[in-house]
Parts: sequence; structure tokens; C-alpha cells
Amino acid sequence: MRKIWNVLTATTMVAAACGFAGAAAAADNKEVQMLHWWTSGGEAAALNVIKEALAKQGYTWKDVPVAGGGGEAAMTTLKAMVAAGNPPTASQILGYFALDYADAGKLGDVTPLAVKGDWAKVIPTALQKFTTTNGKWDAVPINIHSVNWIWLNKAVMDKIGGTEPKNFDEFLALLDKAKAAGVIPLALGGQPWQEATMFDSVVMSTGGPEFYKKAFIDLDESALKSDTMKKSFDNLAKLRGYVDPNFAGRDWNLATAMVVKGDALAQVMGDWAKGEFKVANKEPGKDYLCYRFPGTDGTVIYNTDMFAFFNVSADRKDAQNALAAASMDPAVQSAFNVIKGSVPARIDVSDAAFDMCGKKGIADVKAANAKGTFLGSMAQNYAQPPAIGSGAYHDVVTKFFHGQIKTSDQAVAELDKAINAAM
Amino acid sequence: MTVAADRLETAPTRLPARHSTTTRVVIYGLLILFAIIYVAPLVVMVMTSLKPLDEVTSGNMFYFPHDLTFEPWTKAWGTTCVGLTCEGIKGYVWNSVKMVVPAVVISSLLGALNGYVLTKWRFPGHKLVFGMMLFACFIPFQSVLIPMATILGKLGAIGQSLTDMTGFSFGFGNPTVNLVLVHVVYGLGFTTLFFRNYYETFPTELIKAAQIDGASFFQIFRRILLPNSAPIFIVTVIYQFTNIWNDFLFGSTFAAGDSAPMTVALYNIVNTSTGVIEYNVNMAAAIIAAAPTLFVYIVAGRYFVRGLMAGAVKG
Amino acid sequence: MTTAIDPIVADAAVRGPRRDFRDRLRNWLPRIVLAPSFALVLFFVYGFNIWTLLISFTNSKAFTNLNFIGWGNYAKLWTWTFETDPPSNWYTALVNMVVFGGLYVIFCLALGLTLAILLDQKIRGEGILRPLYLYPLALSFIVTGTAWKLFLDPRIGLEKAVHDLGWTSFHFDWVVNPRMMIYCVAIAGIWQTSGFVMAMFLAALRGIDSEILKAAQIDGASAYATYRRIIIPIMRPVFMSALIILTHMAIKSYDLVLSVTGKNPGGAAELPSTFMYSYTFTRNQTAVGSASAIIMLMTIAAIMVPYLYSELREKA
Repeated sequence: MRKIWNVLTATTMVAAACGFAGAAAAADNKEVQMLHWWTSGGEAAALNVIKEALAKQGYTWKDVPVAGGGGEAAMTTLKAMVAAGNPPTASQILGYFALDYADAGKLGDVTPLAVKGDWAKVIPTALQKFTTTNGKWDAVPINIHSVNWIWLNKAVMDKIGGTEPKNFDEFLALLDKAKAAGVIPLALGGQPWQEATMFDSVVMSTGGPEFYKKAFIDLDESALKSDTMKKSFDNLAKLRGYVDPNFAGRDWNLATAMVVKGDALAQVMGDWAKGEFKVANKEPGKDYLCYRFPGTDGTVIYNTDMFAFFNVSADRKDAQNALAAASMDPAVQSAFNVIKGSVPARIDVSDAAFDMCGKKGIADVKAANAKGTFLGSMAQNYAQPPAIGSGAYHDVVTKFFHGQIKTSDQAVAELDKAINAAM
Repeated sequence: MTVAADRLETAPTRLPARHSTTTRVVIYGLLILFAIIYVAPLVVMVMTSLKPLDEVTSGNMFYFPHDLTFEPWTKAWGTTCVGLTCEGIKGYVWNSVKMVVPAVVISSLLGALNGYVLTKWRFPGHKLVFGMMLFACFIPFQSVLIPMATILGKLGAIGQSLTDMTGFSFGFGNPTVNLVLVHVVYGLGFTTLFFRNYYETFPTELIKAAQIDGASFFQIFRRILLPNSAPIFIVTVIYQFTNIWNDFLFGSTFAAGDSAPMTVALYNIVNTSTGVIEYNVNMAAAIIAAAPTLFVYIVAGRYFVRGLMAGAVKG
Repeated sequence: MTTAIDPIVADAAVRGPRRDFRDRLRNWLPRIVLAPSFALVLFFVYGFNIWTLLISFTNSKAFTNLNFIGWGNYAKLWTWTFETDPPSNWYTALVNMVVFGGLYVIFCLALGLTLAILLDQKIRGEGILRPLYLYPLALSFIVTGTAWKLFLDPRIGLEKAVHDLGWTSFHFDWVVNPRMMIYCVAIAGIWQTSGFVMAMFLAALRGIDSEILKAAQIDGASAYATYRRIIIPIMRPVFMSALIILTHMAIKSYDLVLSVTGKNPGGAAELPSTFMYSYTFTRNQTAVGSASAIIMLMTIAAIMVPYLYSELREKA
């Protein structure tokens, strides 16, 4: 016992000494401290593009990665860093969280760069709501993901003689064909965010962009309680009939794997699903197909990753500006998004380096932005703040999908009630 | 002294001393059955960590690896990406060690002292003090994060001005020191509970006798209680070591980045929002991350018996 | 507690005509030793609790503010407590807490005690067996949760393996059935912690005075009777430690719940801890999260304070 005791005491002393020594290092003003949750292979590789662009200009990168729960843990860390009066140079952030920090006066200002680069012209107008506060740029978008995609296994498609479904009914007919052929028609991960993300597309397909905008962006009560919304829930219930019995709680990538292997025909998922196909050495057009969710062609339900810039001391501003400029550089955005599987947030970036699905994504964003059908995802908190998106909306959709809410009438009533309670 | 010495020399005490053969077969049978149930998930994890990824996602998890590979292990240790630096989790071991060891030692020692005072040197109101410390075990950690961050920020500012004044920061504001503080504070309730309830059954006559012999408060603690505390020290150290080593919430909130403990690195490997999940690497990383704790269990476990046998009082 | 009669009362040592500084210091020394710990707990636990209590009366959203709105957040939770069709998240959290907490605590105690008693029978190979029961605690929850989820998944785990062995009617789909999910969380939790409870009981068994056991043996008491009448009653303080540890773990289980159930499908695996975290940090309704934290603390107090009171009073 005593021996152990001595060892422990010694270690404590050494550790304490090291701790104190470390505290003395002062912050370097050429240092970019960046909080993010991109820790897995492809994501980290994408972010590395920016790190290297900065390294060329002589800036060092101080990585603060915190994964967990799709950014939840990182947002908690960010809150703590800001509460301690010690914010990072920049942080990866999702739409409404950036607005919260802007309201609290915690964000910095990169407007001079924005004016010089004419960012207002090249960033889709809908996104600028999240990147500017009273005309002041305090964040930049690095990419655009969209969620209204379906991913299909081409071999299964060929086997059942399927063609691209153009509307919801054709989609159901296609799923029926797969069912008849003994393939799981729809691969779904039964987690609240996945079900809600699929429902975004269903609503868009059922009601069209006008309705989607009225219900989810404007939160119009008559739209929320309308028959169209009821019909959307009914359509979701129809899709429920095409999933396998073991779907509850499944991770999204396992659902994608079912499509990759040909156990299932299709998955409704955001374009990050492409990464899974890529890892399995599958090629778009040859091994798998990417279509817009039937009935949503011409619209883009987006979510985006942004970097928010914090109010840092004067000696760190220079590094902050360098990061902002690098993130908005067209070459960087192209390289970043080719790796990440998303499309550039700047609509003026060339699509030369992208694959077939990426090219279609870029063209769709451009067209949708021009037509005003570029709309935020409710499930991904780009239509409404998290209290409503991740909160009320996820709750009602998942309870409906798992049978705790039994009818579409009840679902519509519950959705309205839950949204009101969350406001 | 003789009471204790006798008690310790005959320990460990089993009862009854001899079982019939049937009873022994039943006992061993049960123990082995439970062992198999407890070990099964670990076996699956180890097998998964030895398979290539496509075999994991397509094959049966209970089958032995078809293409045995140690690559997930080398990857988890040395090359997997924890954020933008792809150097595995090896660099985070020391971060965790230099936080865990002081936190465990300080909180266990304080717990032992508190337990000693609360059982052998009672003062009016000792029950209320103990009750309040106990109840502290139940505070939900999520709700202390933000106030804690504010306080730690203030401490950091004090540290900064101390550095400016004296050239020495005394550790205020250092993430590792912050984490030690946090873990000591929220571990105190448990360590006090363990020691208090253990010392509760410790014969008070021994303390009285020593006091009559003129031993001081600390002499009694060091010479009589500590040598007899091996089992409870082991339980406390196991509990504290495991909890602090595996803590993610405090580690990620107060020490993300360079001084992040191992768990934060492990989470960064395991969690992926829009990327591929490498189950084999995850399992290997989890087992590597657990290795120090497992080591503590096996080493500490030996003292369960030996501590009692060897700790005869020399007073 | 027969062994713990007559604790020393510090004041007794210094009742005398001459109370010099040394005596006074000796008198106060125990309290001085305890003071720093107590001060830390007062500030960091009770101080922060008061802060949480304050916040629960405000309309704090993403950040805390001090715009007081009275009992609004509690009123919300109160209505949710009775919303069963469809079940509100808070209602599900409370029901699951009772189911999960009850199963978890009872099974951990029972298994822990059984294993400790079995191991305490002069077992050969105790050194090998003990860590086998204990090791699950060493593994991080997030990975063991995922492992259990894969392990119990009917498509790739246990059910498939049993089918492959030829028993095709075997059916075990709890982990993908929202109604049964919470039991899977309990299974994983019990597997994880029961070994530690075993260690606590084992430490206590090893600490028991052999004189007592010898006396019992001489009196001809059976092994069962000795355990039931003598050993287990002596271990009451350890039961208290175990119970507190387990309750605390049951209440705070967070990673385990999310990783075993796969992020709470259908909202069916909600627990107060996940509720609290998601309202505070994900849904940016900090005030509601704080109110739920306070209610949880109050509930624990309502259960624990009477128990602790009776436990501590008996020894006076």
C-alpha cells in the first residue's frame, strides 16, 4: 500500500508541474483556433483543405474537435468557451445557433471582406439570413447539403425494370415492384432525425414549394392544419409500409449499406449518403443512382455548414479574416465539397471537379435560388429554430411513424400544438 | 491492538470453511456461467476489431474473423483521425493520465479524511454535513456546465493577472488543472460516502486506545486507519478512476483541443455525423482506451485479499 | 452497528480547567479538515443548484437570462405529466425512469450480492474471475452501447446467430421495438455496473470481523442463516453506498440510452437525463431544462432524504 502511495504522490506532483508549465504558453496571433465536429475520415479530409490553404499563408491551425450527437457536444463546448470569456477564433455552427450568438452580441465582423468579395451576389439569398446580422457579415457558409434525394441500387433497379419515378404515386409503384421482387423496398434508419428528414421531402412532394414555404418557413397555422399537411402524413404512413421490420433505431449509414449491398432498393437521405457509396467503391450512374425525391424536382431543401466568427481580441482578428477569406475562396470551396460530398455554397464555383450527382446538385441549387424554391430543411433546423425543428417537429413525426400518434388528423393537431408550446 | 491483528491475520474469512463437493460444483458452475455471460460482449467486440470493415458489415458478428487483421488496432492507436490530426489516440493517453491521477488521489484522500472525521471525531451536526455531501451525488452534471464554465473563466482571469504579477500562474486557467478541480469537487460526495460507511464498522476501541497512548489526529489516521483501508481504497480508486477516465461531458466542455482527455478523442473517432462508421476501429479504440482502467482493476484487485492480510497494525 | 458504538466526541478530550490554544486547535482540527470539502460542495453543488432554480423561473432560451416569468415552466411540465395520448416526452421519461431505474437497481444489487457471496467461498481462480465481472465498467458507454445494439439487433446479432444454429423460431427483437427498448438499456446497464456492486460487497465481506462468524458457526447456524441474519445486516452501510451509486447512475445514464436505442426512436426511450440535456442544449429551451432538473432533484430528495434520515438516525 505504502509503495503504491509513494508512486501516486510522485505522479501527482509531476503531473501538476507539467500542468503549470503548460499554462504559461501565451496565445499566438498567427493561430486559428477552430471548434468543429468533423472528425470522421471524409469530413476531416475536407476541412484539411482549409487548414492547408491557411498554412500556405503562414497561419497555424489549432484544432478543437468535439464530436458527438451531430454537433450537440460541440455546441455545449462552445457555450462553455463563450461563458468563460474565451471564445475560439471560429466555430462550425448551424443556422439558428449562429443567430443566437449574434443576438447575444458574441460574434465578430468580417463585412469588409464580404464587400470586397461581393459575397452577397454569390451566396444564395436564403443563406444570408444566417450569415449576416443587420447587414453585418459574422459567419460564412462553406457548403450546401440538400436532403430531398433518393439513392437507389442500380442492379436492383435493372432487375425489377424500374425507371425514374416522377411523382409520389410512381414512387409507390416502384416500391411495390421491389416488394414483389422480394427486395426491401425502402431502407430507413428509424431515428427521429432521419424520419423527420424524409418527411421534409414528403411534404415538399405532396404540397409543392409554395405550401412547404407557408407551412414551415412562415409557420402559417392554416397551412399547418390544412388537408395538405394531413395528406402529407398519410403519404408518410404509406412509406411506412415499405420498410423492413427491424428499422427502429438503425443508424443512417447501415441503411445506406443495405442499398449498397442490394438488400434494399432505395433510401431517402441527404447527399452525405454519397460518401458511403464512395467508400464501398461504387460509382454514380453505374452502381447507384441519385434522383431528386419524386415530385420535388426543381426544389432544393437545404441545410448548410457555416463557420461563425467570434468577437476575439484585436491580435487574433488577422487570423480570423484569413480564415474567412480562405473559406470563401472558390478553389477551396470546390476542393472542400468534392471531398465532403456536398455542393459549394458559392453558386459561381465551377462544377468541373464534381461527379454526376454533384453536378446535378450544383445546377439544382442555382436554379432553385433563382426561382425561390431554395428552402431550408425543417428537420435540419434551417426552417425554424431548434426548439421547433429538432423539438416539436422531430417529436411529432417520430411518434407518428412509430404508431404512438395513430391518425393523420391527430398528427396535424399535435404538430400545431407542439409548435405552439415550443414558441 | 490484538483484536485487529487477530482479525486481520485470519482474514479472509470464508464460511463455512468446507463445502461439500456438490455445493462446490454448483458454486463454480454459477460463477463460470456468469463469467461467460459477462465476457460474451467483449469477445464480440474483440472479434469485430480483428475483422476488415466489409466483413463486419456483411458477416455474422459471432463468427471468428475470416481475414484476420490487426490493422484496426494499429489504425486506432496511430493513424486514425481525431479531428484534423490523424495520429490516433496515442497522444491523448498522457492528457488523461495527468488529469486522472491527481484527481483520484486528491478526492480519495479527502474522502478518507472526511470519512474518518465523520465517524470517529463526530461533532454536533455531523449527520447534516454528511447528508448534504451525500445529496451532492445526485446533482445533474448537465445543469452545472455553464455556471462552472463561468467560474473557471474567472479563475483563468485571476491566473492571468497572477502570471502578470508574479510570473507564475499557479495553474489557474489551465484546462488540466480545471478538470482536476471539477472532478475532485463532484467526486467528493462519493469518496466521502465510501470511506464513511467503511469506517463506520471499524472498531472505535482501537482509536480510543491510540488516543490514550497519546497519538494525534493525523497519527491515528496514518498508522491505524490507512493500513486497514486497502479494500475500500481499492473500491474508491476503481470507482473514481473509471468515472473520471471515462468522463466525456466535463472533458469535452472544459478541455477540448490540445489538452483533451482520451475519451474526447475516442468520441471523435466513434462519432460521425455524416461520415462512414468504422466499427472495427471503434471497437479497437474503445478497448485501447479502456486498457488503463482494466489494468487498474487487475492490479488493484490483488490487494483485495493481500491488503487485508499484510496490513497488520504495528502501533 | 454493534462495532461502531461510542464514537469519540471531540469535545470530551478537552473538558478541563486549562484550555490553551493547542487544545482548542486539537478540538477544532477534525472540523478544519472537513471544512474545505464541505465548502467546495456548498459552493459548487448547492450554489449552482440555486442558480439552476433561478433559471427555471425565467424564460431563458439559448442563453440564460433573468427575465422572470414565474411558474410557467413548471406548469408546462405539470401538464405534460398527464399527457398520455400521444405520450408526452416528459411522461415517457418519468415512466421509463421507474421501469429502468427499478430494474437496474434491483438486478444490480441482487447480482452483485450473489456474485460477491459466491466469490467469497474460498474460490480458486478468484483473481481471474473477479476482473471478468468487473471489466464492463472500464469500457466507455458510447462504445458498449453500440456493441449491445449490434449484439441484440435481430438482423445481424443474437437472433440471426441463433437462427444460423438451427433454432429458427427464436425471436428477440426488443432493441428495435420501441416499447421494449428500455429493457435493453436496462440489460446493458446491469451488465455494465453489477460487477462494481459485486466489488463493493466483496470489500465489505472481507472487512467483516471473523470473530462474529466463528461465534455463529459455533452456535451451529447454517450458512444461509448466517448470511441472512448476521452478515447482510452488518453490511447495511454498504447497501446504502451501493444504492446511492446505482440511483445516481440510473438517473444520469445518458450515452448508454442514446447508443443502445439509436437516438430514441419514436421518443420511446426518453429518460429524464435525455430530456434535460435535449431541452437545455439541443432545443435551446434552457429554462424548461432547468425546471426538469429541479423536479428531478426534488423527486430524488423525496425518496432519499427519508431513507438517509432513518439510516443515519439509527446509529445515533
